Formats: sequence, structure tokens, C-alpha cells
Amino acid sequence: MKRRLSWFSVLVIFAVVIMALLAPIIAPYPQQALGEPNPAERLQPPSWKHIMGTDHMGRDIFSRIIYGSRTSLIVGISVTFLAALIGLPVGIVAGYYGGFVDTILMRVTDIFLAFPPLLLALLISSTMGKGFGNAIIALVISWWPWYARLARSQAVSTKNLAFVEAARSSGVSNVMIMLRHIFPSSIPPVVVQGTMDMGTAILEAAALSFLGLGIQPPAPDWGLMVSEGKNYFLNYWWIPTFPGLFIFLLVMSFNLLGDLVRESVDPRLRRRFF
Amino acid sequence: MVEVYELKKYFAVRKTGQWSAKSVLKAVDNVSFTVRMGETLGIVGESGSGKSTLVRCLTRLIEPTSGKVVLDGEEITKYRKRDLRKISKNVQMVFQDPVSSLNPRMNVLSIISEPLSAHEKISKTERKSLVVDLLKEVGLNEEHMYKYPGELSGGQCQRVAIARALSIKPKILILDEPTASLDVSVQAQVLELLEKLQKEHSLTYLFVSHDIAVVRSISHKAMVMYLGKVMEIGPTEKVVNEPLHPYTKVLMRSVPIPDPDSVLTEPAIQGEPPSALNPPSGCPFRTRCPNAVDECSLADMTLKKVEEDRYSACILNQRRSDS
Amino acid sequence: MSEELVRFEDYSLDFMTLYGRIKALKNVNFQIRKNEVFSLVGETGCGKTVTSLALLGLLPSNARPRGKIFFEQEQLTAQNVEQKRGRDIAVVFQDPMTSLNPLYTVRQQLADVLMARRQVPKKEALRSVVDILREVQMLDANRVADLYPHELSGGMKQRVMIAMALSCRPKLLIADEPTTALDVTIQKQILWLMKSLREKHGFSILFITHDMGVVAEFAHRVGVMYAGSIVEIATKRRLFKNPLHPYTVGLLNAVPNPRVGGKLRAIPGSVPSLVNPPTGCRFNERCERAFRKCFKETPPLIEVEDQHYVACHVYGGDENG
Repeated sequence: MKRRLSWFSVLVIFAVVIMALLAPIIAPYPQQALGEPNPAERLQPPSWKHIMGTDHMGRDIFSRIIYGSRTSLIVGISVTFLAALIGLPVGIVAGYYGGFVDTILMRVTDIFLAFPPLLLALLISSTMGKGFGNAIIALVISWWPWYARLARSQAVSTKNLAFVEAARSSGVSNVMIMLRHIFPSSIPPVVVQGTMDMGTAILEAAALSFLGLGIQPPAPDWGLMVSEGKNYFLNYWWIPTFPGLFIFLLVMSFNLLGDLVRESVDPRLRRRFF
Repeated sequence: MVEVYELKKYFAVRKTGQWSAKSVLKAVDNVSFTVRMGETLGIVGESGSGKSTLVRCLTRLIEPTSGKVVLDGEEITKYRKRDLRKISKNVQMVFQDPVSSLNPRMNVLSIISEPLSAHEKISKTERKSLVVDLLKEVGLNEEHMYKYPGELSGGQCQRVAIARALSIKPKILILDEPTASLDVSVQAQVLELLEKLQKEHSLTYLFVSHDIAVVRSISHKAMVMYLGKVMEIGPTEKVVNEPLHPYTKVLMRSVPIPDPDSVLTEPAIQGEPPSALNPPSGCPFRTRCPNAVDECSLADMTLKKVEEDRYSACILNQRRSDS
Repeated sequence: MSEELVRFEDYSLDFMTLYGRIKALKNVNFQIRKNEVFSLVGETGCGKTVTSLALLGLLPSNARPRGKIFFEQEQLTAQNVEQKRGRDIAVVFQDPMTSLNPLYTVRQQLADVLMARRQVPKKEALRSVVDILREVQMLDANRVADLYPHELSGGMKQRVMIAMALSCRPKLLIADEPTTALDVTIQKQILWLMKSLREKHGFSILFITHDMGVVAEFAHRVGVMYAGSIVEIATKRRLFKNPLHPYTVGLLNAVPNPRVGGKLRAIPGSVPSLVNPPTGCRFNERCERAFRKCFKETPPLIEVEDQHYVACHVYGGDENG
């Protein structure tokens, strides 16, 4: 059962990626997706012409969902990637050198950890303006400390291993040790965490757009669609429901994928000889 | 080749439960000895004797608290931080667990060539030919070059570790329990290899081990340590068969001999060694020593010559040789 | 000759794994008698630990055994072995760290064992702990009883393990490398302790080790294992004085003797894969005395002289295949 769920999640993610890549080809009404209003067909329930119905501006929801996959994927991947890019070096340097360097770097990390992501996003959008890019920046700033912590704990446990001691006694410089020995072993936990975090990033970005920060209308972002549709929920259920469903599916799929990645990275090679 | 004078390594240890009380762990306490070129010194002792800390101080992998270490005429304890890397050109280490001393993500070629790349720039072809030569020397062949440690046996991993240590042509090799985790027959192969390499390259070995039998088979001289201090030093055969220091006597009597007439005799000593945090004053062995006298608590533990080429820190030995 | 306590009869064991079928044990035949110390020696992968697990009925689910094991003339099955484990058959392992619960004191853990195995009431169990510790020659037993496992040294932990194992007065004590992780002076104490207790209570010991020095001092009879088979069984004296199997000879030549020193001779080659073992005798590729038959037929274990068994074609009759 668990196996099937995991592979289902891979399928979902794969489907979403295809959606994002081939959006202009798949979407039945690409212009409407990008924002062109169609007042004649406002608020229509799902039908053969519009599989998921139309929204309050008459735009085909299905096409908007397809295009919306782009922003979701971009957010998920870029936030985790950039956060790891900042967090990994900070964590590795702190963990390897220890002492004064470690204390300073970790206190800096703690400062950033203290910011609640949404408040930070508010702060950034009010000072730097709203928009997609700023939403990503806000998320990266609140996210990288987790990766720093992860990398640091991995660095601390790796630096005491015999082969690091061997490298040091061979005269290898600290920088080379960090690059060649510590860094490769710090990657797996970060990758596992990152895969699961992609889902959370998408969720947080959706929350930001729901609140009006982050991506702005008329862009076809799923979170934004839920936000715009919330007022119409009672009579025109399809408007917020479909995007919400897709958010749920994608986030859950990333979580399951993360589990899958963790299982394959773990040393499962326990010999059962004697 | 190796000269050590009054080496000390003290660790400050914060006592659990008390904020300000700081005990001192005297891991290495006033150790002095010399090793001649081409010789193997076996350093024996039980856990807590300080032997592993001692050899790591010789390469400044652990910084000594005080004392002087001279390797091949160079006083390395005087080196500044940026000169430390020069030490590794002369001294290399081989560690206990061969599998964990090799990075599981690097292949044999990268592992063996790492020390050399750290010191000089070499081209890819030079690197490869060097590694092939080294592999042959340690009894492996070219096909092992692209393998990963996980694909090799314990004995093969240790050979790779030895090849790595030899790659920069050091004069001194420090081996910290190199065969402890290997099977007996594999151990014999590795010891055979080490002896061959020593003859071919005139290497000086410092061989740390808790296994007296192994030390006997490979070392010329043996040094016995207990709680950070040297108890006795001399030719291995004499130290094992005619021990001078009471601790050495106890140690040798406890070693099981693989001989058909061996019989289990009553233990020569009871109980455990005292804590290294609070060793007894003077001779640390006096609390368990069958021959201890009052003056033992005031002993200064310097090695004095008791016989030709044999030194002991026991005042009773020293008295006997004076008279 | 005393009575038989344990008998392995044509016992073979395979493990089903992702890498294939591991033929871990092949036709193991040996006996442990009452009131003796029988030592199983061999190097990594020879199967000595697996043999003890088979005796205890603690094999993992992917094990496929064939053959029989008898305890006191009764064949062991999955059901009755559970009764015997912890009562008639007790174990001491190499690493006491993982066998003791770090959250409970020595007193609590020893008392637990007494209450569970011998139905001793709680108050009495807690009180008798100190006496039990004294019996295993624990110094300062009163103080030690109330310590936690992390406050004990390796030697002290092993004494506690031995106390636990012997608390139910077993007929057989399996000791799997019990002193390998200990300093040599502590090892001596533990071995002496086991010897004294054995002489006092009269149980047998199956002592698994790779240290030939310990075997020489401690064992009455020895079984040498290689790559899953027993290659030689003899009394200790005969084994060291007159080793027959080429592997035993090679092994003894590779063991360093601190008194004598001298050149060690290594056995060329390495242990064969247990997934694809060679046909015939598993030592054939490394044996200097191997001939054609060694590559075709597995040599059976036969008695060559009194109480001395070898599994080798050299002693099996026709030397020229």
C-alpha cells in the first residue's frame, strides 16, 4: 500500500511537470489563463466546454490550473534550492571549524530563525513591494537557517570520522577537506529535507498569494485562485476547490517523494551474514 | 630519527554537575624517548594509557601542552601554524579501522593520490602511474584502482591506507593499531607487508598496539605506558620475556600464550586502573603494585638506565641496578 | 568421557538475501559435552556466531536451516528452544553496552532477571543482588549495585552480564567473544572468573573466539571452522601440538606468540564468497596440499585418531584422488 502511494506521488509530480512544460499546448484557452477576461461566460459550472468551469472573470479554470503549475513548481524548486545554497556553506563552515566561528555563525542563523515567515514576507513586500520575486526572497530568507542547521550537524559528525583525520594528517588543507570530504556527506540529508520542503514551500507561497502578497493578479497562481475564489465558494464551489485540490495533491506528493528519497539514501545495505 | 623530550598533553575537563571545578586529564605526562632510523618502536599499553594521544602529538594532529619533538633533525614543536603542513611530508599515519579511514565516496585512485595532490601539483597521467606503482608495492593491482572502499575487504582497505601513507615518501610511519580489526591470517599478511616496506625504504615505524604478541613480532624496541607515563623501554624480546617494571610483569603474565601447554593461572592483578582524572601521585601504578613502598608516591618517573639499552621508571629497579 | 549435552547433526544453514543465497553453514557436526569448555574458533565469516544463534533459536526470518540440533538428547524445535533459552542455555555477548538498559541501575536489572527467570519475589531479589555481584568477583559490590550502566567499565559490565546469564543456573553458557573488547589484564580476570564459576556450578561453556591464545588457556576441546564448515575438532593439546587440517596449520602459523616471536607466515588468498562457494572443500583454492578430489567432493568429518576429527581428503584414504 505504501509503495503504491509513493509511486502515485511520483506520477503526480511528473504530470505536473509535464503540465508546466507543455502549458501553451495543453491548455484549451491559453489567453484566458494568462488573464484575458471573458465576461460572457462568467461563473459557469463544469461542462464539456470548460471542464472545471469558469471563474468570476469568465476565464477557464482548467487552463489557469495548467499555467498555475508553473509558478508552483518554480516556487517549490527555487526556494529550496536557494535556501540550500546559502545554508549548506554556512552550516559546513560552522560545523567544521567549531569554536568561535561556529558560535558566531549559529547566532546569526538563530536571528534569522526567529522570523516567522509570513511576517517576514509582509515586511519585505511592504518595503520592497509585492510580487513573485519578492515572495521567493522572503521565503528563502526564512528558510535557509534550517539547512544550515542540518548541514552543521552532519559536518560535526563527519569531521570526527577516521578518514577526515587521515586527510588532515596527510596535510590536506582545511578548505579541501571541507570540499572533498565534509560537503559530499552533508548533501544527502539536505536533499531529503529539501524534497519534502518543496511541498511546504509551495504551500507557504500559496498562503502568501492568498494574503495578497507574493504573486499578483491576474497571474494564474493556484494560491491566488483560491484567494480570489473564496468569496464565491458557496454558490460556485468549483472556483476555489480545483486549485485547492491541486495544491493538496502536489504538496502531498512532494512529501511522499521525500520519504522515498530518504529510504533510498539510507544505508539499507545491512549485511545479514553472520 | 625521532626524539621526544618531556612531552605533555593535558586536557581540561569540566566535571559533570559542577560549573567551575575543572579537572585535568593528564593523557600524556612527561614522556621522553628516541627511535633510531629504520627501527620499529612498539608502544604498548591498555586503554587509558595515553598511547594514541601520544602519537597524535608527534604530528601535532593534537597540539601538545608542552615538550619537544624532533623529527629527522627538525624541531616540529617550534613550527608555526603555516609550517605545520611540512610535518606531513615526513610523517604519515595509518589508522586502526581501515574501512572508516577511507572516504567511502572516493575511489582508490583518488584516495591514494590525495596526500600528494595536497602538497604538489601533478598531472593526471603522473598521478595514475604513481598510484599503479604504489598499488603493486602493497600487493594490489591496477584493477583495484577504480574500486570503492565498500568493495574491498578489510585487509585490502588497509593496504590502500598504507599505499596512501607511502605516496609522499615519508621517512616515518605512525601506525595506530593497524591490524586490530583484521583477522589473524590477514593480519599476518599486513605485518609481512609492513616489514618488507620497512626494509626497502628504510622506514622508521612507531607501532601502537594493545596486542603484545603483534608488537613482539614486528618491533625492535618496546615501550610500555600506563596512565600517561612510560614505565619501561627496551628491546622487545627482553621487555616481554624478562620484564623489569612490576606493571610490565603483570601485563606479560596476563597475555594468553597460544601454546599447547598453556594453563589459565590466577590473575596477577585485580580491579581496574584508577581514573586518569585523578592518578595516584608519583608512580601511577603504586596503588595496585605488589612491590610498592612508601617512596613510590614521591617517584619522579624519569627513565633511568637499568641494564644495557634498558630503561625503567621503577625506583626499585633503579636501586637494584645502582647497588 | 562425559555425556553429551549438545549435538549438531548434519546442520546446514542458508540465508535468503538480496545478494543471493548465502550458504552460511555446511554440514556442521560437533558435540559439546557436559562440564567442558568447547571453543569454536575461526575468522570472520566462518559461521561461528551463526552457529550459536542457531543453537539459541535466534536466527532471522530469512534463515533456511536443514539438519538437527540436539540438547540433552532432545531435538530442538522452534517451540522448545524458547523454553530453554534463558534457562538451560544462557548467553554472554561481546558488547555489554547494548545488552544493558541504560535507564536502569544494575540492581534493578539483575533483580528483574531473578524475578522473571526464577520467580523470586521482588524484595528478596533486590536484596540478593549484592551477593550475586560478590559471586562474580565484583569489587565494592555494595556501591556498584546502585550504579547505572554508563558508570561501569567494560570489565564490570561483563561481570554483570555473566551474573545475569548464570542467575538461572544454565547447563550451557554461550560466550561469544566475551573478552575481545577488554584490556588484557581485565580479560584475564574475566576468564578466571568464568573458570571458577564453571568449576563450582558444573555447566558447559561454548566459547566463541578468534584469539588462539585464549583458546590455549581456556578450552578443553576446540572446533575449527572455515567458511561455514567445521574442518577440525580436537582436544586443545592435540590441536596445538598436532594440527592436521591445512587451514589449522596455516592459522597457527599466522598467530603471533609473544614469548617466541619469530616469523609469521600468512595464508595466501582470501576467504571465498559464501554466495558462490567453491565445489568440494571450501579451502581448496588456498590449500598447498589440495589435489583433484578436493575440487570435486566435500570431505566428510572423520575421526583420524582418538577424539581428533578432520574434514580433509588428505586423511580420507586415497591421497591421489
